[in-house]
Amino acid sequence: MTREAVVTPPVREVPVPRLPERQRAPRKPSVAVWKFSSCDGCQLTLLDCEDELLAVAGAVELSYFLEAGFSSDGPYDLSLVEGSVTNEADRRRIERVRAVSKHLVTIGACATAGGIQALRNFGDVEEFLSIVYASPRLVEALGESTPISAHVPVDYELRGCPITRAQLLEVVLAFLHGRRADVVASSVCSECKLTGNVCVTVADGMACLGPVTHAGCGALCPSYKRGCYGCFGPMESPNLPAMIGGLNRRGLDDGSVVRLLRSFNAAAPQFQAATQALIEMGECPT
Amino acid sequence: MTHRSRSKRVLALDALQRVEGEGAMYVDIRQGTVREVQLRIYEPPRFFEAFLRGRHYTEPPDITARVCGICPVAYQMSACQAVEAACGVTVDGQLAELRRLLYCGEWIESHALHIYLLHAPDFLGYENAVELAGDHADIVERGLQLKKTGNEILELLGGRAIHPVNVRVGGFYRLPTARQLRPLRERLLGALDAAVETVSWVAGFDFPELAHDLELVALRSPGAYAVLGGRLASTDGLDISADEFDAHFVEEQVAHSTALHSKMRERGTYLLGPLARYALNCDELAPEAKEAAAAASLLPEERNPFRSIVVRAVETVHACAEALRIIDAYERPAEAAITVEPRAGVGCGWTEAPRGTLWHRYEIDDGGMIIDARIVPPTSQNQPAIEHDLFHFVEANLELDDDALRRRCEQVIRNYDPCISCATHFLDLRVERS
Repeated sequence: MTREAVVTPPVREVPVPRLPERQRAPRKPSVAVWKFSSCDGCQLTLLDCEDELLAVAGAVELSYFLEAGFSSDGPYDLSLVEGSVTNEADRRRIERVRAVSKHLVTIGACATAGGIQALRNFGDVEEFLSIVYASPRLVEALGESTPISAHVPVDYELRGCPITRAQLLEVVLAFLHGRRADVVASSVCSECKLTGNVCVTVADGMACLGPVTHAGCGALCPSYKRGCYGCFGPMESPNLPAMIGGLNRRGLDDGSVVRLLRSFNAAAPQFQAATQALIEMGECPT
Repeated sequence: MTHRSRSKRVLALDALQRVEGEGAMYVDIRQGTVREVQLRIYEPPRFFEAFLRGRHYTEPPDITARVCGICPVAYQMSACQAVEAACGVTVDGQLAELRRLLYCGEWIESHALHIYLLHAPDFLGYENAVELAGDHADIVERGLQLKKTGNEILELLGGRAIHPVNVRVGGFYRLPTARQLRPLRERLLGALDAAVETVSWVAGFDFPELAHDLELVALRSPGAYAVLGGRLASTDGLDISADEFDAHFVEEQVAHSTALHSKMRERGTYLLGPLARYALNCDELAPEAKEAAAAASLLPEERNPFRSIVVRAVETVHACAEALRIIDAYERPAEAAITVEPRAGVGCGWTEAPRGTLWHRYEIDDGGMIIDARIVPPTSQNQPAIEHDLFHFVEANLELDDDALRRRCEQVIRNYDPCISCATHFLDLRVERS
């Protein structure tokens, strides 16, 4: 298969609806859902609330949610933002989204930690582009995939690749009622205890990131007899050196440890620092 | 946004709605002639094929699931098939049946989402499904429950509906018991009825005139409505194995899209997805689905893309019936996965994602590390077909005013249930390839 270039005019920038002057605030709180670089899965989670969707749509004004067919102008009481920032146009767009949003909540690993596409942060995107494309100048990509909080103030960050329905509904309700969201920041380990799982590391010798991974999934992987692979990102106070030592004792070399920590939350600060430290020790290939 | 003068008419839509992912449309009409149509995909590239290099051969199912939140199982299954082919093993028997069951869940969920929440509002004159529910709550509720049944299969067997955790190269991590699958049976019986009702509901819509003569391409596998593997067949006699894909298809980079366009060598634009699968495999549908198709007066080779919604509904009936068949015949295998030892080599695999054939290819070394990865998803392959349809539809409907024409064009695009998040990542890394 060969790849050839056909040159046609460049793409126009997508507008964010402008804030109309002196518009009356809608009676029901307005909610907007925005997509940046992502797989669509976290906003799909809202549509996956099959039992609650029509009730939610009755309680709030779904104002902007392109995938579901809503595109009203702002301002919005609550903006849910999926995806990371990976190009200049999106860097400008997130600022406009922030300007028309009273509250801004990031949903999922891409928006909160840069997502899997942040693996580019450890390589050279310019080189990728020039090698890949017949016409690399036609494609615009920043060297790094960054979380929303690197660009604008964020009111709350929801974790997970993907997020869970229950946590999404809880956060939406909390913001609409002006209370704190009831989302625990402990580890997946604590969820295994609550679920009554036998520890897959202790009993089966599996490599499991449960001790350093943020709770929220309900200890899904250990419940299915596999080790946690960290898709909710780091918990609030992860002990990475102890975790890495434990993984080494389970037979994982440093290269395997780096791969395990460099997946869907590779650029989350604690995971990134730990993998960089391993690489700087010089023992493992990047 | 519309610009109009006596000689020049431009229809532009900066952000398509009710599609998965983000794209735009551009139509240029000069002196009453359509000059150009573009489905513009502006989602930034995510470089999956680049990240897969240097990863372990066991990782593609989890990594590639993240290409698409709507059809992660399709990515996991194509990835598993390709890696297993590279390692020289075949997963069959009950493990393959369970994979098929998981895939049925994704088809039901994805098709119900598209039919009820994204596409039906077009035919009935509503802006979205919430508005539709305002007048027909019972219908939207039926769609949501159907969708939920698909998700329940994914959650029970995969752990969760989006990015399931229970899939691995060689099989699964943990197998359900027959008893654990039983509650799904009740749900599926209800879903089967809902799916049959869905077929008669959508078959009653008014369909705009449009017909194309594109080559229809889908997997074929004797004795089954092909989903997991098989040979790629077409209405014009194509019949190839996954290893031969490269020899028959070519991808092009175009400036108005961050997704590469696919064409068949020396044959041009082709079409994947429900219309193609139905045309090539309708004799393999479950009896309930055949009956529903006959009641809806579907032609054996449906050529009006607006009627794809009917085919999608028929496929939903099939997926419900197929899931019931698998659950009823299920006997739990002794092992959750077969052993897959790495060896140096290349493997290709493909499966039928809800939107069409999804091809993966991996080259691994003898230590099991990935040297090269390639993924060709259905929406990038369907992009030229979508533009082809847009062109002919606009040409035949120039008398419509701009607003009506733009709405209809958006509907033309939705006929394909395009998944733009999927399509975008094809901007892949390409090194050392002669």
